[in-house]
Amino acid sequence: MNAIDFNLPALIVIVPLFGGLLSVLIGTLFGPRRDLSWGFAVLVAWTTLALVVRLVAAVVDSASGAVVYNLGSWPGPWGIEYRVDYLNAFVLLVVSGIGAATIFYGRHSVDDEIPKDRSHIFYGVWLLCLTGLLGITVTGDTFNIYVLLEITSLTSYALIAMGKDRDRRALLASLRYLILGSIGASFILLGIGYLLMLTGTLNMADMHTTLMALPNLAENRTVQVAFAFLLVGLSLKMALFPLHMWLPGAYTHAPSAISAFLASTATKVGVYMAFRFLYTIFGRHYSIDVLPGHLVLLGCAAFAIVIPNISAIRQTEVKRLLAFSSAGQIGYMVMGFSLANEAGMTGSIVHLFNHAAMKGGMFLAIGAVIYRLGSGRVEDLKGLGMRMPWTMAAFSLGGLGLIGFPMTAGFISKWYLIKGCLQAGYWPLAVLVLFASLLAVIYVWKLLERIWFMEPDESTAHVAEAPPTMLISTWALILTSIYFGVHADFTVGMAQKAAAYLLQVTP
Amino acid sequence: MSFLGSFAGTYNYAIYIVLMMVGFYGVIAKKNLIKQALGLGLFATGIFLYYISIGVYKGGTAPVWTIIDEVGVLKNPGPYDNPLSHVLILTAIVVSVSTLAVALALIVNIQRAYGTIEEDEIRAIEAGEHPEEEEVA
Repeated sequence: MNAIDFNLPALIVIVPLFGGLLSVLIGTLFGPRRDLSWGFAVLVAWTTLALVVRLVAAVVDSASGAVVYNLGSWPGPWGIEYRVDYLNAFVLLVVSGIGAATIFYGRHSVDDEIPKDRSHIFYGVWLLCLTGLLGITVTGDTFNIYVLLEITSLTSYALIAMGKDRDRRALLASLRYLILGSIGASFILLGIGYLLMLTGTLNMADMHTTLMALPNLAENRTVQVAFAFLLVGLSLKMALFPLHMWLPGAYTHAPSAISAFLASTATKVGVYMAFRFLYTIFGRHYSIDVLPGHLVLLGCAAFAIVIPNISAIRQTEVKRLLAFSSAGQIGYMVMGFSLANEAGMTGSIVHLFNHAAMKGGMFLAIGAVIYRLGSGRVEDLKGLGMRMPWTMAAFSLGGLGLIGFPMTAGFISKWYLIKGCLQAGYWPLAVLVLFASLLAVIYVWKLLERIWFMEPDESTAHVAEAPPTMLISTWALILTSIYFGVHADFTVGMAQKAAAYLLQVTP
Repeated sequence: MSFLGSFAGTYNYAIYIVLMMVGFYGVIAKKNLIKQALGLGLFATGIFLYYISIGVYKGGTAPVWTIIDEVGVLKNPGPYDNPLSHVLILTAIVVSVSTLAVALALIVNIQRAYGTIEEDEIRAIEAGEHPEEEEVA
């Protein structure tokens, strides 16, 4: 085994980390040259993606289904352990793939929205945000999760606030996100603190073993407090209804490429953390059988797939509509893993991937509209199918995916989700999922009708098709979602193995 | 153990809750953005106190403390506090300071963009500009 393969889990964090710092350095040394900053960021993001692909291959090949890496060769539970199994390999693929696509997309969009002398810093912060997200996903140490979560959060506050030149409300949205995000992270920190107090360890696997060995686990109030703090903190971070109110503003006013990046990665990593805390640390036995934690989550998820989707219908700004729809889609993922059966969890994990591809593609397409048109209101889409056919075709395919149209990726995830609901005996939830899809039909149709069936205004006669870098990224994500809607073997296979692993590892 | 007795042993946990809630109140109830940011800082300080408290061992010393008696022999200084939680909280303090710095930077920018840092005044400005939309903040 060569040095790169051996150190893969560490490299996927180190490469974007130093890439981000170097990006600022290069910009300072050679002056703020946009294409240089962009080219360097693309290089780093694509290298990271290549490393992640190798790591995923290594996980699939490994006999135990997990790759373990000890930082500085200190063995866990004393040292910090990186542990990559099917679940985080899959999430890593999503995060680094979206990162590579959105940074490539950024060439024109960032030029347009960010002041010239800041672009190298902007890309640097972006790469740091990617570092944080990958780090949370790869680590097997709870305190590491907190620190990397804060790196992600701090950088995303800064990135969102950079939308201020287009709309000053970005500043308010960013501050709102900062306050709620910090409270969420503080709750997670407290939850970890209570677990540390009880178990004396920070390593996830070790924590689980120690917790299970507690004589009066079911009545232990410290564990209950830790569970409650973590549940609230994680719900804030993944924007689960009713704690989703920071999300629409943040995604609407952020620079376009950042909206796409955060919408398809940040909340997904939140969902991933919930998986880890519920199934790896507390374990299925505790969080499902002892404490009915999943019932709370199921209740929130049931509201989450209905209420934000209704709000989405009323929106007049496309990005805000998509953001509300994202808050609704989080409901599907949470519902899937709260069902605690294999079909539901498979649906949840697959949807994490599918939604990232579809929604990322849609945000990128609307970013291209904003680049050409200067605004992204629902009214502005009128007749754009004539002016920007390629962009709008991608946007429409993503919209069909959101509804869960057959042959799109959204159909696959909803299929498994409904199967999971029925297996668990919650048939009203299955009906609710179908009802929520109808809501999606309404808001997607509202957009499609304007794009394809209305005559374009004279005022948009100058509008041309989006530049090639934008089109390539948008179509890459949309085609991914279509491809895995038709050939779902890879995604569903990974998700099923991840679900089985989580349900079996935890007695 | 009587209520008073159990309180004497755990009063720093009570203080941590109080500190956190005072900060939380500031975040929720204050209209001034700087006061909200300060509330956030206080909220985090409560957590610092909690983490420091869980590492303390009754009668324990610092883990680097050694006692050399008059003949020069190294004596065991007895039990020491758990340094792990103290080290962790050093990291969390750095994180909290950075968060506060980002918050203040945002508030400076809000002051420049809106000319005020009172939340209700900003809402009034936004409601005038974008009447058809729900408020952001």
